[in-house]
Amino acid sequence: MASVIEMPLIRTRDLTLHFGGLRAVDGVDFTLGSGDIHALIGPNGAGKTTFVGLLAGRRMPQSGQIFLAGEDITRLPAHARVRKGIAYTFQITSIFPRLTVFDNVAIAVQTHGTKDLSTRTRAALARVGLDGLQAQEAQTLSYGHQRLLELAMGLALRPRVLILDEPTQGLAASEIEGFKSLVRSLVPEVTVLLIEHNMEVVMDIATRITVLNFGQVLATGTPAEIRASPAVQEAYLGA
Amino acid sequence: MKVWTLHLGLIVVLFAAQFWLSPYHSTNLARIMVLAVFAMGYNLAFGYTGLLSLGHALFFAAGMYGAGLPAQLWGVTAGPALILGILAGGGMAAAVGLLALRTAGVSFMIVTLMFAQAGYLAILYFAAVTGGDEGFTLPAAARSIAGLDLSSDTPRFLAALTLFAVGLLVSLALVRSPFGRSMVAIRENEERSRMLGLNPFTVKLVALVLSGLYAGAAGAAYGILFGYAGASFATIQYSILPMLYVLLGGAGTILGPFLGAALMFALIEVASGVTSAYLFLVGAALVALVLFAPRGILGTIRERWAKWLP
Amino acid sequence: MAFGPFLLLAVMEGLVTSAVLALAAAGLSLVFGVMRVVNVAHGEFFMLGAVLAWVVAALVPGPPALAFVAALVIAPLLVGALAAAADALVLKRLNYDPEATIVATIGLLYMIQQATLSLYGPNANPVAAPFDWRIQLPWFGYSGYKLFVILAAVGVLLALWTFMNRTRAGLIMRATQVDRTTARSFGINVDRVYMGTFALGAGLAALAGVLIVPISQAHYLMGGDPLLLSFIVVIIGGLGSLRGTLIAALVIGLSDGVISMFFTPTLAKILATLLVAMVLVFRPQGLFGAKV
Repeated sequence: MASVIEMPLIRTRDLTLHFGGLRAVDGVDFTLGSGDIHALIGPNGAGKTTFVGLLAGRRMPQSGQIFLAGEDITRLPAHARVRKGIAYTFQITSIFPRLTVFDNVAIAVQTHGTKDLSTRTRAALARVGLDGLQAQEAQTLSYGHQRLLELAMGLALRPRVLILDEPTQGLAASEIEGFKSLVRSLVPEVTVLLIEHNMEVVMDIATRITVLNFGQVLATGTPAEIRASPAVQEAYLGA
Repeated sequence: MKVWTLHLGLIVVLFAAQFWLSPYHSTNLARIMVLAVFAMGYNLAFGYTGLLSLGHALFFAAGMYGAGLPAQLWGVTAGPALILGILAGGGMAAAVGLLALRTAGVSFMIVTLMFAQAGYLAILYFAAVTGGDEGFTLPAAARSIAGLDLSSDTPRFLAALTLFAVGLLVSLALVRSPFGRSMVAIRENEERSRMLGLNPFTVKLVALVLSGLYAGAAGAAYGILFGYAGASFATIQYSILPMLYVLLGGAGTILGPFLGAALMFALIEVASGVTSAYLFLVGAALVALVLFAPRGILGTIRERWAKWLP
Repeated sequence: MAFGPFLLLAVMEGLVTSAVLALAAAGLSLVFGVMRVVNVAHGEFFMLGAVLAWVVAALVPGPPALAFVAALVIAPLLVGALAAAADALVLKRLNYDPEATIVATIGLLYMIQQATLSLYGPNANPVAAPFDWRIQLPWFGYSGYKLFVILAAVGVLLALWTFMNRTRAGLIMRATQVDRTTARSFGINVDRVYMGTFALGAGLAALAGVLIVPISQAHYLMGGDPLLLSFIVVIIGGLGSLRGTLIAALVIGLSDGVISMFFTPTLAKILATLLVAMVLVFRPQGLFGAKV
């Protein structure tokens, strides 16, 4: 094995956020390697959404640090992190329902300047297969198409890291297949961090997995290692 | 194409209107066009960015006094006075925005209301300079531009039309620009916009300052064209009127502010001939609009029949 | 007059202002607290109370005291009924959306004010005080009626406090204030609570209007100042906090009396409005409110 020490794309140190007595995120040390498809799993209430919210800047941690390619971004506001390459898609579909599909994606595209705006917007739509629907109002799309639109908005930001919060929730089996091949086609240019409950999807596409439980890292490793870990079996998979 | 035809067409029709309107009515139309500029500015903040302000009278008055006081005190002429007024409106909006935009929703409404009230009271308090309630008439020098006497009918009408046309076309270009898309994004879903790399505070501040520039331009033009500046233009009523115009014509539509201003002006004009309590109409219109037609006239037309309407 | 008695007089005048203000502001605070509605028409309910007091005084024969007592009962009831109607016809249909209700209550403000102008006219009219004995202090005589206003306001506010904290209806209102969805799932008729709250809030403003009218006069534009002052009191006291509202009413009422001896009223108002704006920007829970 080559022993090139690569700088991790995202690293957190002792990241902590408590809500009153609830330890949502509790001293998490986490590393996201460049080019990975990294899945974050764990039981409900394990702090997965709160954790990625901290990475994206939707919330501020009480203590600990976050580094993006070595740069401390702990206190950077969310919109500035987006411009540095962290894209976030919402667990509950969050689009601009009364705007057209085109405008939804164009808002993301114009974050990186307005040159060739419509070409770049159409390209982002084509990537997820929505190019035929660009003139429609977003609220008229089917649920599956809205999830794809959400993904297109994330991709249009040209991110280094794409954070997906339960992307396959509510999708039909055929749509999940399409989603999997789409995610695979993104790496290694884009690193993917996804929260996912569907274990088949996780074991199929993830190159690394981190298990969270009660706000702490229970285990981290390759899918095979996670499958073999007794602690994980007990806390999560076996349940 | 259709869009530009419609808006340029309106400007041509308004230009032609002076030839068949009586002097009385063309003066009124000039007044409506200036007030429509005020309402267009309000619409940029409220209609497109979702900032419901109750303090725009402050920006209008800043424009009026920003133009009127230098004219009164130092004999500044109409052109420079107008520019000073526009800057005063924008500057005031920037100052208010830096503080008020730390709040949202109902708090934003009350904070802007309070700032505007403080501004109105300040005009009364510094009566020695501002003339207080009485106000002051602008000197003749401040009412001519390039040798044209703006207090006479035709130049006044043309000046108002020019301002209106510039305001209309600028706001049309603005809302069809990427920044216009950002404003609408903030209005529709602020949290999502933030996660797409937009800084909501910056977008709102720029929108409010643009809105203040419009209000300042309208206030300055009103003072210059009609020759009077007074504290009554800083009262809460002048914050309510642009809101009413915009709600009536259609928030977030380019022509809505003009349509609303024209209809409401005509309605009040008719009613004030009948009763001294004509402001009842303002109240009734507000209640009826929020209850039955929250999208206003053009907003409803756009929703049902003409999606292309900007 | 020496400074001591002068200050005493200012404090007593301040207490009268505080008393009336506390009543009006308590109504505004109650409506905001329970319904999350900012009622811009609140000052007009105050004005209607005063104007109706004049109407009742003109219609009821006999001694002024009798007419005044009648006004104390009738005016708040009528205004409360009007408010209930406004709630059912307007606010409820807007689903109490905060921004839409502000626009709607601005509309109501104009409608009430202008309707009063049409029916009552532009003049200011006095109403006789129910009694006119004076208390003779060593330095100056003081109106017994003004002392009565202070006592009456204290009495009404105590009754309001008891109602909110010691009765079932008060409990239901407080439950609705905390969470209207949960309240509804417990079988509380939220619509009726809202209508009652809006009527009660308006009634309190009207009562304040009746109490003030023998001191000042009834005029169709008299709602503006109480609205502004109530806003100031409610925001500085912490939105929706009744206790904070009362403390703030006392502070503002007293300082209004004392400050206006040193500053012009206009300057005092400028400072007060700027203070309110700054409180909302930097300390939205109010100066006396608990941090949420």
